[in-house]
Amino acid sequence: MSTTIRQQDLQLQGQNRLLGSLYSRNARAVIGRGLLATKSSNWLVMVSGFVEPVLYLVAMGIGLGALVGQVEGPGGQPIQYAAYIAPALLAVSAMNGAVYDSTWNVFFKMNFAKLYEGMLYTSLGPLDVALGEIFLALLRGAMYATGFTAVMGMMGLITTPWALLLIPASVLIAFGFASFGMGITSFMKTFQQMDWINFVMLPMFLFSATFYPLSVYPTAVQWIIQALPLWHGVELLRQISVGVFTAATAVHVLYFVVMIVLGMLLTTGRLRTLFLK
Amino acid sequence: MHTNVSTKSVISARNLTKAYGEFKAVDDISFEVPAGESFGLLGPNGAGKSTAMRMIGGVSGRTLGELDIMGLDPEQHGPEVRAHLGVVPQQDNLDEDLKVRDNLIVYGRYFGLPLSYLRPKADELLEFAQLSDRAGAKVDALSGGMKRRLTIARSLINDPKILLLDEPTTGLDPQARHTLWDRLFRLKEAGVTLILTTHYMDEAEQLCDRLIVVDSGSIMAEGSPSSLIKQYSTREVLELRFGAERNAAMAGRLEGVGERLEALPDRVLIYTNDGESALEEVTGAGLHPITSLVRRASLEDVFLRLTGRSLIE
Ligand SMILES: Nc1ncnc2c1ncn2[C@@H]1O[C@H](COP(=O)(O)OP(=O)(O)O)[C@@H](O)[C@H]1O
Ligand SMILES: [Mg+2]
Repeated sequence: MSTTIRQQDLQLQGQNRLLGSLYSRNARAVIGRGLLATKSSNWLVMVSGFVEPVLYLVAMGIGLGALVGQVEGPGGQPIQYAAYIAPALLAVSAMNGAVYDSTWNVFFKMNFAKLYEGMLYTSLGPLDVALGEIFLALLRGAMYATGFTAVMGMMGLITTPWALLLIPASVLIAFGFASFGMGITSFMKTFQQMDWINFVMLPMFLFSATFYPLSVYPTAVQWIIQALPLWHGVELLRQISVGVFTAATAVHVLYFVVMIVLGMLLTTGRLRTLFLK
Repeated sequence: MHTNVSTKSVISARNLTKAYGEFKAVDDISFEVPAGESFGLLGPNGAGKSTAMRMIGGVSGRTLGELDIMGLDPEQHGPEVRAHLGVVPQQDNLDEDLKVRDNLIVYGRYFGLPLSYLRPKADELLEFAQLSDRAGAKVDALSGGMKRRLTIARSLINDPKILLLDEPTTGLDPQARHTLWDRLFRLKEAGVTLILTTHYMDEAEQLCDRLIVVDSGSIMAEGSPSSLIKQYSTREVLELRFGAERNAAMAGRLEGVGERLEALPDRVLIYTNDGESALEEVTGAGLHPITSLVRRASLEDVFLRLTGRSLIE
């Protein structure tokens, strides 16, 4: 069998797009893969992501709420303790889900499942993989947020249609954490280092005005907490849940927009370190 | 325009170097691969073969040197270059969350290929890999050989012009290896350029038109298997075993038999163009090895000559 190869077939044309070496505009293939893979994924893990904040809400809101009674809401009006902590728990769950997906999950798929190794030997660039994985994390986050908001409604904790905005706002919060999480993962080499992530998240969860107002702290501590992202998420969702909007609302939203932009810049800048060794 | 361009390089590497800290995994290697050739990197574990392959695929940055894959630098144009590469990594990295056929289709989607193309293509490749009856199986239910064949099938989903095979048959039984070699011959006939690494000399002799012998990141020799054997070895080799303790002592007394002598811990090798008469000389001198064997020289002998070590430890 004689073979002829055409000369022009062996001369590839390079495109000179921005980020052309990192991105082939095909994140949807990564998303498609993720959706197909959920079929065989562990449903128990999926469901537990939804159940966890609901358990907190029931235990703390109803249990502790019976002791606490009513507290002062964002607009100064009294609200049930459960209604006070519900949006905070939603913000925490958005943070946890996004951080888990963008750090542990990415770390595992990179170093153990070798999933990305296979993807990166195709036309996909690392930015396609990163965008696809972030999108999947946000999609999951949106589903959990929808479920949690429905539970809030069933528990009688929702009094305004504005509360529907809890869902997109949760996604905004998750995006902020996910974009940063992936960049941070690029600095991690061992499981021990990955544990530092939990070390940062747990205190943030406990102290970001989640279960009681910020005013219990001395001013200096308040400043530190107000610099951290979770506090902005908690306050944003708390305001939305009762439909009270102030200038602070815009600040909270802006905080996350800036976080997303910086996080995506960090992640994009670290893609070679993260994916191309 | 149909012209035979067997002389045009599809891969050209110049002074390719990869350092991890002080350590150079690939140390200043240069080579050219013309279109349609089957080109091998032969070397022991740790020689730097996989590292070189990763640089060709553009998934590992290089420390120094230039690389040109069909006119493009894979580091600058990774997606465009890889669109025409098929890659079989040393370790299978199949998608364990997907079924066998979905592994092929989803992989094709990573190249941006449409489902209308991928569905029939996946079935054709399952046929090629003799896995049609496993289309709906889970990946972790496949045997090692089946996984390897699926990985190879997957690497062909985009009709690659260049196929990178990193130790394609390591861990396969002889039957599976021969099946695989047959598949690779067919691809070569279809005009695909093959780049393969191996530490099996028989594989290199079977599959490679030309190869480089690599050790510790450097090229030790380059040429076709037969020319390398001609250059670095005699036509035949006489292998003698006197028992572990006596091999070294006997080697001293064999001086002068054949053209060259190599004393290994487990045997003595005598390089000669006529093994039978060398053996007569040995027995004529009153030496009686426990076993003796005359064989054709192989790339193993070339490697031994070049490095003083065996290819497979
Ligand atoms: N990421 C890495 N960091 C440090 N050293 C590495 C890395 N990858 C490979 N090496 C080293 O480079 C050398 C060549 O490895 P490799 O290319 O895998 O060899 P081969 O494929 O020929 O067996 C080995 O000594 C290996 O330990
Ligand atoms: Mg290797």
